[in-house]
Amino acid sequence: MEQLVRNKPPESDPAGFMPVSDIDTGVIPIRTSGRGMLQVAVDETRRTAALKAPVKARAEALDFFYGDLKALKNLNMDIREKQVTALIGPSGCGKTTFLRCFNRMHDLTPGTRYEGRIMLLPEEINLVARNIDPIEVRMRIGMVFQKPNPFPKSIFENVAYGLRIRGVRSQIRIQEEVEKALRGAALWDEVKDRLPNSALSLSGGQQQRLCIARALATSPEMLLFDEPTSALDPIATARIEELIAALREQVTVLIVTHNMQQAARVSDYTAFMYLGELIEFDETSRIFTNPGQKATEDYITGRYG
Amino acid sequence: MSTEGLSHHISSRYNADLERLRSSVLEMGGLVERQLTQAIGGITEPDARVMVRVAQEELRVNQLERSIDEDCSRILATRGPTASDLRLIITILKTITDLERIGDEGEKVAAIAARLALRERPHNRYRELRNLGELVTGMVHDTLDAFARFDTKLALEVLRRDRTVDEEYESIHRQNITFMMEDPRSIRRALDVMWVVRSLERIGDHAKNICEYLIYLVLGKDVRHTKIDEIEKELLAPRG
Repeated sequence: MEQLVRNKPPESDPAGFMPVSDIDTGVIPIRTSGRGMLQVAVDETRRTAALKAPVKARAEALDFFYGDLKALKNLNMDIREKQVTALIGPSGCGKTTFLRCFNRMHDLTPGTRYEGRIMLLPEEINLVARNIDPIEVRMRIGMVFQKPNPFPKSIFENVAYGLRIRGVRSQIRIQEEVEKALRGAALWDEVKDRLPNSALSLSGGQQQRLCIARALATSPEMLLFDEPTSALDPIATARIEELIAALREQVTVLIVTHNMQQAARVSDYTAFMYLGELIEFDETSRIFTNPGQKATEDYITGRYG
Repeated sequence: MSTEGLSHHISSRYNADLERLRSSVLEMGGLVERQLTQAIGGITEPDARVMVRVAQEELRVNQLERSIDEDCSRILATRGPTASDLRLIITILKTITDLERIGDEGEKVAAIAARLALRERPHNRYRELRNLGELVTGMVHDTLDAFARFDTKLALEVLRRDRTVDEEYESIHRQNITFMMEDPRSIRRALDVMWVVRSLERIGDHAKNICEYLIYLVLGKDVRHTKIDEIEKELLAPRG
């Protein structure tokens, strides 16, 4: 019973939701995970906003099958708007499978099947329903992969691609949107003089930010990150993490990471998954200082259960 | 959480690090406790050498404090501890500060004991100081016991004893004011006695702090600046 209660983040209050305008001041708030004795440095405004954020997407009794293998078992979880939610768990726990459901990446794998729903709010669209066009889903929910995968085209064309697919014709509009997306991905200053160059001439960290810019260009509501920094060095990793912190002013972020410290640093909420099930879902500060489930504790502290 | 949980990491060196850290804290606690016993013993049984012995222990206590501090920084930097491991490191960092201060207070008591030993003793041979001293030493002892076993019940019990210490403090205070009014020649001695009582009371507070950290370590609940009845309720309540 207690677990059920704890798995549920506090009720949202859309009317009382006040976005924190850190972007106005250009200051990224100091965030440290913590409660109890560690609570000193928690930014209370940020915290309150997190509690009041409305739900952006909701998994309801979601099952997922690879053929006969049930990879996700009855997942129920709320993703809060303009918050970062991290998915953690050992390899094979289903976190990436779950993430990929959000933009229908499984559709091309034969023999896969969704049951249950992932509702995108406020419209209440079931993302995994057959009658919903995956292309439309991917316009609204972008994805960034483990390894940077820019198209073998120019830097400019990489970002413009989504807009062209969307049917944007105006050159001026495309130029504006590309600049906006590159700025949003904190890459503009580094590439503004070499936009026609091949995207493959960029460094790994820059390529990853280019992929983020590409995802941002279609103004998505949600961004999915699948271990976005596992192939990057610590400096490029820090840049991406900064970027994720800034991005959540505009979009809802769902991130899979194997790096516990990264999950603790960048996310507001953390879900721990194991063998296809959601074991614990709570505020990140809580998960990393005082988790409710022993399995979570054993995993994040590096113990065997 | 329990003490055996310390040894279940996938990394055996991490296990060893945490285990060594914990035993160092217990060793430091043992030394501090001995300092305290010697210092209080020096008051009831006059002993001009008590100061020297207590000061010798102090060297080792300081050494341990430094090395534990260093180990904690290293573990924080290299392991990025989380959850109960993180709480353990934080608790240890705070605990050794309180232990070191208990040692300091013990030294002050020893210094006064050495002075009192040279002077005429009252008829009751400082019985009130012995009582309070035993009470406080018991608190320190049980605090270390609770720490060794991660025993929150015992920690709560120690927290409760702090009230008795405060009452004793009050009563010795009043008694000494009476002495001083009756016979101004006793002022010097009465003041020394008050310094000792003050130190003992501080030691009780440090023991209390450690017990509060311990409750945080084991249950993840911050019970500082909380009334004892509420702490008890917290301990009984399911984790919230």
